[in-house]
Amino acid sequence: MALLGRTANGLFWMFRYIERAENTARLLDAGQRIALTNLSAEPDEWQSVLVSAGVEAAYAAKYQEYDPDTVVDFMLCDRDNPSSVRASLETARTNGRMVRTALSRELWEAVNESWLVIQRRLASPVTARELPAVIDLVKRQGALIRGTFQTTMLRNEIFDFCNLGAFIERADNTARILDVKYWLLLPEHSQVGSALDNFQWRSILRSVSAHRSYAWEYDGEYRAVNIIDFLMLNRRMPRSLAYCYTVIEESLKYLNRNYEVRHPCFETATEINQRLSDASVRQTIDGGLHEFIEAFIRDNNRLAQEIGQNYRFYPTA
Amino acid sequence: MNSFDEMLTANDEVREPYARFYEWFREQDADALGEKAGEAEAFFRRTGITFNVYGQEEAAERLIPFDLVPRIMAKAEWDNLAEGIEQRVTALNAFLDDLYHDQEIIKAGIVPERLITGNEAFLEEMRGFRPPGGVYTHIIGTDIVRCGENEFYVLEDNARTPSGVSYMIENRETMMQMFPELFSQNRVRPVETYPHHLRRSLAAVAPPACEGTPTIAVLTPGIYNSAFFEHAFLADQMGVELIEGSDVAEIDGRIQMRTTEGYKPIDVIYRRVDDAFLDPKVFNPDSMLGIPGIMEVYKNGGITIANAPGTGISDDKAIYSYMPEIVEFYTGAKAKLQNVPTWRCAEDDSLKYVLDHLEELVVKEVHGSGGYGMLVGPTSTREEREIFAEKLKKRPTNYIAQPTLALSTVPILVDGGLAPRHVDLRPFVLVSDKVRIIPGGLTRVALKEGSLVVNSSQGGGTKDTWVLRD
Repeated sequence: MALLGRTANGLFWMFRYIERAENTARLLDAGQRIALTNLSAEPDEWQSVLVSAGVEAAYAAKYQEYDPDTVVDFMLCDRDNPSSVRASLETARTNGRMVRTALSRELWEAVNESWLVIQRRLASPVTARELPAVIDLVKRQGALIRGTFQTTMLRNEIFDFCNLGAFIERADNTARILDVKYWLLLPEHSQVGSALDNFQWRSILRSVSAHRSYAWEYDGEYRAVNIIDFLMLNRRMPRSLAYCYTVIEESLKYLNRNYEVRHPCFETATEINQRLSDASVRQTIDGGLHEFIEAFIRDNNRLAQEIGQNYRFYPTA
Repeated sequence: MNSFDEMLTANDEVREPYARFYEWFREQDADALGEKAGEAEAFFRRTGITFNVYGQEEAAERLIPFDLVPRIMAKAEWDNLAEGIEQRVTALNAFLDDLYHDQEIIKAGIVPERLITGNEAFLEEMRGFRPPGGVYTHIIGTDIVRCGENEFYVLEDNARTPSGVSYMIENRETMMQMFPELFSQNRVRPVETYPHHLRRSLAAVAPPACEGTPTIAVLTPGIYNSAFFEHAFLADQMGVELIEGSDVAEIDGRIQMRTTEGYKPIDVIYRRVDDAFLDPKVFNPDSMLGIPGIMEVYKNGGITIANAPGTGISDDKAIYSYMPEIVEFYTGAKAKLQNVPTWRCAEDDSLKYVLDHLEELVVKEVHGSGGYGMLVGPTSTREEREIFAEKLKKRPTNYIAQPTLALSTVPILVDGGLAPRHVDLRPFVLVSDKVRIIPGGLTRVALKEGSLVVNSSQGGGTKDTWVLRD
């Protein structure tokens, strides 16, 4: 059966938003940890959470102060913030509803139920004390959706478009976290071993749910080179840029085989992936970490657009 | 009002079709059944079996309440009904073919010409055109009410885009999940084969341009349409594409859908978009829901549209009162299913009668649906009747009136056990190479005690409907 371009688009964005809802929750989790340490006197931490989520401008348009409660509410419940947990899930579910004929009944129900449960929870304000439980709920529903996706969906092009959406979003998210905190990882900064820095680094790892796996992969010490390697280049770390591009390239390869045509987006993806394979941590730092990440975010976006064009997500005028 | 109860006789004896069910019911624990009702609601909510209510921002998706007590029909009752339905839908298609060709029925003086020409449901564009297979209305939902043991009336023919079939199937699914034992105790004919029959029916009327296995698609106005769930459900169950207007374009004389691999022609389209919005090049030019150019492709044999444009003329309320004559004219036999007696307000004597008896009658607008443009005499206030009388006098041709029918009742589950409520029935009929009628249909039930309004938009619910094998 043929797959409509609009359906492919709906699948892609449904999974981007499912991924985004969880990323937002994870950023809040990390933000709150730092706030609780009281080591940082600056309210900057909450601001950097907003920057990492790419919603700082939208926040600033609405509020002047970076008050923790306001930031949390903006990131969790605010419908004006398209990346808030609530808005993301709503968009994911709307897309899911539109493409439900392409989903297994179990997957659709997991998405619909997650939306129902979380929306109900977020209908009333979340206090600081309740925040951990809410974040946990969001992560658990995300796990339910992903698990159902993995175990009930046919491995066809529908599966591939979902994966493309999820991993392009995830790559974008990891890159943004790095971009906001890159200065911490620069050699000229490192007051290595200071309590604050340890917490900062730990928080970076926590925001990608990887503080424990880091310890397995490297020695227990937080070193800039290892953190950069872990989040960018390590292909065993499921949220690293390189891992995301392993899945992206693979998904596009399946599509090539399925449709028996190779589109420009495939070349773009292999090129980005190659860049991640060729890079070493040292080189990346010397060549400018910030510039490297900026270029990555830009190219990742370009790839998303090319996928949309090549697989006819939208009607061409 | 004395209504016929489908489960109990006047002496409170349980009628035959309900015997086994009633026995089962008496053994159930009332609280447990109440819990089951809650389970059913959670199930509908989770699967997203909802309908949209226009103009409500919050909670825009509503559930149609589901009642656990099945409505049960004996084999003989159903067989009679099915025969009558088959005769009626055959006549509807013959009537449409005649109206768009020679109009013999007008020449014979049976249906007045003024009701056809100038009626906006009659499409000039269809004149002289015969759709593939000669079928005009492929999917019909005949609304039937029962007033006595052997007294069934057709209330409406719904020959345009009847909805509700997804509820028929999901209601059965829910019942089978909750009370599997009921289905081993009773021999109930299946309804879940509907999508399979629908697909076959549609494939059997492929257009001349079709090569090989027909490609079928369901056309929906989109996720904000009140029946979107059903559109998605049917496409899913048939294994066909669910498309919106923006997914397709007219290319090389075919209607083609934009897929991830480029454009692919569609052979048969089951459209759930009204005539007026179907083709902005021909009908409403502002329509964003339709497919520009589809009418031309259609007339050149490039696509089959189900139901055909212009079928609305056959279920028009102004035509309804002529149905017994229409059936006889085309089938050569008396109509097996009765019409509800109807006063045409366009006729002076009838108008006078209607105005004198407003408090007993149901007055309906000729163009309109959903129960909004109507007056239910017995439950109306004096003021409402006065306002309606003015409307009637101003534009009598706009209205018909019918007696308030004593709709039959079927029990529903209430706190204290069972209580009778009024019901109607919408069986679903497929017309193609042959007529396929799914045994049962959608039973709508007025949940409020004494109420006769079964519409889901006004507090109606639904029930699983059983037709027994023996």
